[in-house]
Amino acid sequence: MRDLFTIALIWSTVRLATPLILAALGGLFSERSGIINIALEGKMLAGAFTAAAVTYAADSKLHLGAASPWIGLLAGMSAGIFIAAIYAIVCIRYKADQVVSGTAINILMIGVPGFLSGALFLSSGSTPQIPKEQLIPWAPIIIAFAMVPITWYVLYRTPFGLRLRSVGENPEAADAAGVSVSRIRYSGVLIAGALAGMGGAYLSIGQSSLFTRNMTSGRGFIALAALIFGKWRPVQTLLACLLFGFTEAVSIQMQGAIKLPAFFATLLRQTPGDDIPVQFIQMVPYLLTIIVLAGFIGSSRPPRALGIPYQKEK
Amino acid sequence: MLELRNITKRFGDVLANDNVNIVVKPGTIHAIVGENGAGKSTAMRIAYGFYKADSGEIIVDGQARQINSPHDAIALGIGMVHQHFMLVSTMTVAENIVLGAEPGSEIALDLHKATTDIQGLSEEFKLAVNPHAVIEHLSVGQQQRVELLKALYRHARVLILDEPTAVLTPQEVDEFFAILRGMRQQGKTVVIITHKLSEVLAISDEVTVMRDGRVVGQVATKDTNAAELARMMVGREVLLRVEKPDADVGTAELSVKNLSVSTSNGTKRVNDVSFEVRKGEILGIAGVEGNGQTELIEALAGLILAAHLTGAIRLEGRDITRVNARARRELGIAHIPEDRHRRGLLLDFSLAENSILGVHYRKPVVSTAGVFLDDQAIRKRAAQIIEDFDVRPTNQELPARALSGGNQQKLIIGREFELHPKLLLVSQPTRGVDIGAIEFIHRKLVALRDAGCAVLLVSAELEEVTALADRLLIIHEGRIVGDVDPKVATIEQIGLLMAGGH
Repeated sequence: MRDLFTIALIWSTVRLATPLILAALGGLFSERSGIINIALEGKMLAGAFTAAAVTYAADSKLHLGAASPWIGLLAGMSAGIFIAAIYAIVCIRYKADQVVSGTAINILMIGVPGFLSGALFLSSGSTPQIPKEQLIPWAPIIIAFAMVPITWYVLYRTPFGLRLRSVGENPEAADAAGVSVSRIRYSGVLIAGALAGMGGAYLSIGQSSLFTRNMTSGRGFIALAALIFGKWRPVQTLLACLLFGFTEAVSIQMQGAIKLPAFFATLLRQTPGDDIPVQFIQMVPYLLTIIVLAGFIGSSRPPRALGIPYQKEK
Repeated sequence: MLELRNITKRFGDVLANDNVNIVVKPGTIHAIVGENGAGKSTAMRIAYGFYKADSGEIIVDGQARQINSPHDAIALGIGMVHQHFMLVSTMTVAENIVLGAEPGSEIALDLHKATTDIQGLSEEFKLAVNPHAVIEHLSVGQQQRVELLKALYRHARVLILDEPTAVLTPQEVDEFFAILRGMRQQGKTVVIITHKLSEVLAISDEVTVMRDGRVVGQVATKDTNAAELARMMVGREVLLRVEKPDADVGTAELSVKNLSVSTSNGTKRVNDVSFEVRKGEILGIAGVEGNGQTELIEALAGLILAAHLTGAIRLEGRDITRVNARARRELGIAHIPEDRHRRGLLLDFSLAENSILGVHYRKPVVSTAGVFLDDQAIRKRAAQIIEDFDVRPTNQELPARALSGGNQQKLIIGREFELHPKLLLVSQPTRGVDIGAIEFIHRKLVALRDAGCAVLLVSAELEEVTALADRLLIIHEGRIVGDVDPKVATIEQIGLLMAGGH
């Protein structure tokens, strides 16, 4: 058991937390402006697919070499921004229900990458493998961790941050003070798109070397949980992401490393001494998400205007 | 300075402003008076860019201007303090004041400069407030000062104040008026929206009177008087005195002993309160809004979790502290809530449906089988209430939303009276109600008292509560701080108690 907690585990935690941090900080910008960001998952998927596809194309078709993953990363962010723009128009301009339209985007983004990869690469669901030297394993991690103090600074030490917070708390007051509520909300949602897109890109061209179908597997929702657990504050959100990253890292190390105790063995109709079923271990991060959200946040208070479209004349 | 010319504004079927003309001269305090719904706030919200007029123009400093948003209004030197404060309660005073007009650069907010600037303004206009305090920890009076500072910080030359005194005690009103006079002296122009004639006469240089969305007159304050203004406001002679015989008081109907009400985070909103309401009397509770009146009434109506209560509530000697709201109604407690939209009505339901809320599960509204609503019984009941309480329009299929505030209120009052209550809890019975309906509601309340019902009345209108109540308690920060005879006590005495003094 002791050899589980090693440098490797810390490293693994950092790597696994990175996409969560990027997406959760993105969500923070959006939610602090008053727009629920349940579509983080969809934006990550868009980012992951686009980044992998563009990196592959830049490398193997255009022979751009070392610039390829950077182009891919930017493309992934752009895809996130594109999806965010659609979401923003629907939610802000047309005042649609944010949960419903966010869910629609999530469902859409499960299908679209499969369709596009079929059309572009003649494969259903995944993009071709990208060579190892054209991956970008470091930069997103550095950016993710750098984004925490940057987000803090923007939120609490710039006029934009002040406006963002006020719009999410009391848009009428912000409007009365001469702040354009919709402009601030568009900015918040688009920043969320860029960061979630980068988080997705890191999954496909940082952690792995191709896009596979539904490869985010709920990380957008875990990021959202981390944001709520972190009370919509940058540093606490970072800590929440690290916690979720850590659980995932542990669950990966545990696979095959721990034997099934007798009690659970009987329960699961397996022989004592067998490995714990992989599926069970993989469940742990999600289980933790539920427990954290249900039990520990308690008094976490969301921005007061979260999810409520702003209507000027009532 | 500021002029509204031929302004017309429609909200759906309602003509809120009908060809409104108002001229505000520089360096004056200009009052705009009218009943609720007369269109005062609408006109001023148009001047501030919150609403867009359907037609007409706004003239600032002699020039016609397009004002499409508050941002435009601020740029022209117009500031507004809304009736419901426009403050972000989780942010500090300084953050609220500079919001939208932040000092420093786009990438670095200079909160230090903000603080110094605010302190300068505080001193200049005698508006003491701590720039670092968080809004939600401030009193209403202090929040109002923040709103004034916010407008001044934006270099407002005209300040529009929407019902600024509604949340203040009489003493605070005096202080507030001193501040306004100071501003006038410094060259500022003030527009004050109110429906209190005494205030108009005390503070303003000129008055514009509005009724039904139209301006009925603009006069110099020194050339007019309360009676004339009231006649202009209402369109007929008004007698705003409640006529009631002496109370014929019986035994205690409701007795409250050491009642405290806490919120879920543990703060006490009602603190160790004891009193009795006897059959045949109206017990009034006066206090500045937000001093525990809401929680007290809701605790008595059974709308607050028993876990948040300590002490005892007894109805005719029976302990009902842990009895739920429905059972309390069955025992004879009726409730006219302070916020009729939140607690009183389902706005999209018809008048008929609204008229049976609270009895919707029992005879005669539910048929003998005990399962189905009896349409005929419902119609009969609704028709009765509509007739007895003069609800207009009388079509019971209309949604409650279609009625004016006064008629909505009469529907609720009718519904509650139909329970033939032993105890009536009534909160702000005439808020947002026109003067005609106020007279009607007051007469009904007195009639119910004379029929032997115990009435507990909470009202923010000091004149109302002193006129109606047979006994008057004063509440401050959740405690009963005074018990006076409203026939003897002066407004000043009561005001002092409301402010927490002795």
